[in-house]
Amino acid sequence: MTDSSAPTGTPVVEMRDISVEFPGVKALSGVDFRLLPGEVHALMGENGAGKSTLIKALTGVHPPTTGVIHLHGEPIAFDAPGQAQDAGISTVYQEVNLLPNLSVAENILLGREPRRLGHIDGRAMRARAKELLTRVGLSIDPGSLLGSHPIAVQQLVAIARALVVDARVLVLDEPTSSLDADEVAELFRIVRVLRDDGVAILFVSHFLDQVYEIADRMTVLRNGSLVGEYLPSEMNHIELVAAMLGRELGVLEEVQRRSEARAPGTAPLLTAVALGRTGAIAPVDLEIHAGEVVGLAGLLGSGRTELARMLFGADRAHTGTLTFDGREHRPRGPRAMIAQGVAFCSEDRKAEGVVADLSIRDNLVLALQAARGWARPIPRRTSDALVREYIEKLDIRPADPDAIMSTLSGGNQQKVLLARWLVTKPRLLILDEPTRGIDIGAKAHIQKVVADLAGEGMAVLFISAELEEVVRVSDRVVVLRDRHKVAELTGQDVSVDKIMSVIAAPSDNHTAAVAS
Amino acid sequence: MTRGRLLWPLVALGALIVLNIAVEPSFVELRIQDGHLFGSMVDILRNGAPTLLIAVGMTLVIATRGIDLSVGAVAAIAGAIACTYISGGGNAATAVLLALSVCVLLGLWNGFLVSVLGIQPIIATLVLMTAGRGGAMLLTEGQIVTVKDPLYRQIGSGFLVLPIAILISLAVLTAVALITRRTALGMLIEAVGINPKAGELAGVRSRTIIWTVYVFAGLCAGVAGLMISSNVNAADANNAGLWIEMDAILAVVIGGTSLAGGRYSLAGTMLGALVIQTLTTTVYTIGVPTNVTLIFKAVVVIAVCLLQSPRTTRMLRARRKTAVPTSRSQEVAAG
Repeated sequence: MTDSSAPTGTPVVEMRDISVEFPGVKALSGVDFRLLPGEVHALMGENGAGKSTLIKALTGVHPPTTGVIHLHGEPIAFDAPGQAQDAGISTVYQEVNLLPNLSVAENILLGREPRRLGHIDGRAMRARAKELLTRVGLSIDPGSLLGSHPIAVQQLVAIARALVVDARVLVLDEPTSSLDADEVAELFRIVRVLRDDGVAILFVSHFLDQVYEIADRMTVLRNGSLVGEYLPSEMNHIELVAAMLGRELGVLEEVQRRSEARAPGTAPLLTAVALGRTGAIAPVDLEIHAGEVVGLAGLLGSGRTELARMLFGADRAHTGTLTFDGREHRPRGPRAMIAQGVAFCSEDRKAEGVVADLSIRDNLVLALQAARGWARPIPRRTSDALVREYIEKLDIRPADPDAIMSTLSGGNQQKVLLARWLVTKPRLLILDEPTRGIDIGAKAHIQKVVADLAGEGMAVLFISAELEEVVRVSDRVVVLRDRHKVAELTGQDVSVDKIMSVIAAPSDNHTAAVAS
Repeated sequence: MTRGRLLWPLVALGALIVLNIAVEPSFVELRIQDGHLFGSMVDILRNGAPTLLIAVGMTLVIATRGIDLSVGAVAAIAGAIACTYISGGGNAATAVLLALSVCVLLGLWNGFLVSVLGIQPIIATLVLMTAGRGGAMLLTEGQIVTVKDPLYRQIGSGFLVLPIAILISLAVLTAVALITRRTALGMLIEAVGINPKAGELAGVRSRTIIWTVYVFAGLCAGVAGLMISSNVNAADANNAGLWIEMDAILAVVIGGTSLAGGRYSLAGTMLGALVIQTLTTTVYTIGVPTNVTLIFKAVVVIAVCLLQSPRTTRMLRARRKTAVPTSRSQEVAAG
């Protein structure tokens, strides 16, 4: 443990020897953590390292089994998240935990509505919400339904909600995983303002660059234990990753050394000609060959997901033609394209992928079973073998086929969803943000799997907001801007700089893409 | 986990039976007369058959995140059609077929509103809940239509050692359990109930599945309606199957299936239906005054539901934990 820098001021939060146990699992053992006023403190670790558990111990969601927490020097014990909030600890969780069927203003002020004569004062509420929205740089109508906004906007609303109380401690659990570069910059601007006001900010992110950009101090956890507390200046990227993984960086380099662009097969597997959908994506021409990874890059709201859903048949195309394996299709739903061998992993894991109360086994075989029809169940022996194979291949934890999906960490859920499609042996795999919000180890693993699959002849359409990742895995990159395809980059042009320059070309209107 | 959820309904059932025996020792007596089994407990089975059957259909509907409020009205329609047809001189077999065909159509209607038009199930089925009873009244012209048909009588009051009605209900329950659990249907129904969007994107035919469970619920309600009317040799459009949808929903909930959809338990539903029917019988056995009958019933139901709630489970577990520290991990492993 390196602690060369003398901390300034007394800690706002000091957690000592914290252990949290769940039935059969020790999620945290003897972790020390402190948070100083006016600092951004990054909490780093792989999925399952105990970051979320530590946060939940602090915010009263899962009180620690042993250990003590001091807030402003006083020992505290919260039994419920509300108490932590009253004490000035606000949290914004990784997955947006708001109510899509209420208005933005109601979400921000839920439980703290301004009242007049015992009734909720609607006007005051909207005014207060407006003010908080301005603080997070949003200019949306507070009266609009939350669900009508893109996830990125919802995330900022969640942050606005955290600012309602006069928070002395602000916990941001992966606040940037749904945001694009501009929004991240805006968020960081707000974070810095709050920090300069003396708020202690606990920041969790899987984006290392962001951590180095914003964090004043870092604490690294691994497997539920403390690795150490560091200053960003003491530790470079590689050392940090090594501390998080506890192993050498073979996996990362392996993906980076991926072979040069594979020669595409003669006839394209999928051809879209002027395929478009009113209000979602302007007509696009696109070819994808077997054995090729095509990256789809663009800002949030540029039409990446819309294009993917249209190719999969989840949304119907209004114009153009779609040819798959030499035959024209007018898909009326996902089933038609699944039958052709197309698979689609949605970006919204929680809402469109995970079946929370079912087991890993049921989640994993869901697409295969749906394709076979209900009357032909997959024999237990086959499903056992499949599930075991993929648990091992993708390193899914826990390695228990009957573990309930909702108990898995985000990265492991994502691996199960990936496996759900891999068992159908697809010919075209569409991955929409497959590595969002998951740790660097799982991320490298998924990238490597993608490269291997393409090597075996599968076509992959890879969507990611992280340009480095797109560049690393893709043979060819299609760039979208404002719901139009604006470029297709091959060979030497597949680079972060080139993609950025294409995206940013007419810089006057690219922000419009965000307000979808 | 299932075992844990079924504990309290079992305790409730046991307690009710003990209470009945205490008040009326002959409660447990069974005698065989003309090859038929007679006794209070057999009566419970026979009278509970329609509720059980409807609850089986309701279980699948609830598993898909839905609800079917129209089952009572559909039951009344089935009875009205069969009795009107028989009293007009038709034969019983045709009457049954006719009544059940109409019930399938009504199920198709409910399923269409929910799965195709996307109307919320509680509203979609409320339509038929109100209109259906009106339709039954039209059919019977507001009269109680009585019939004297020995064959029709068998459905509700016939015996093959046990009452035919309960044999039908148990046969349907067993068939549904086998069909949904031996095939992948049960898992697909649960997937649709837990996360319809994810199911749809994985290629599950959510619409067909949802439509089918409403048709099946309509069919179950139809058979139950025939049992009810056959048992009294009459179709009473006003009272046949009145509030039976509530009993069925209660049976499902007591059986541990969540109204939020997803995981369902048919064994739980059977237990729930038995609790409800035994409770109804107990009210008469122990002589609860008529004016507090409903309140007595409500108290028992709320007690069972409270005992099953996660919060109570946690509290009880916390107490037990000090004595047996491993109980928690075992239950998780079992779940």
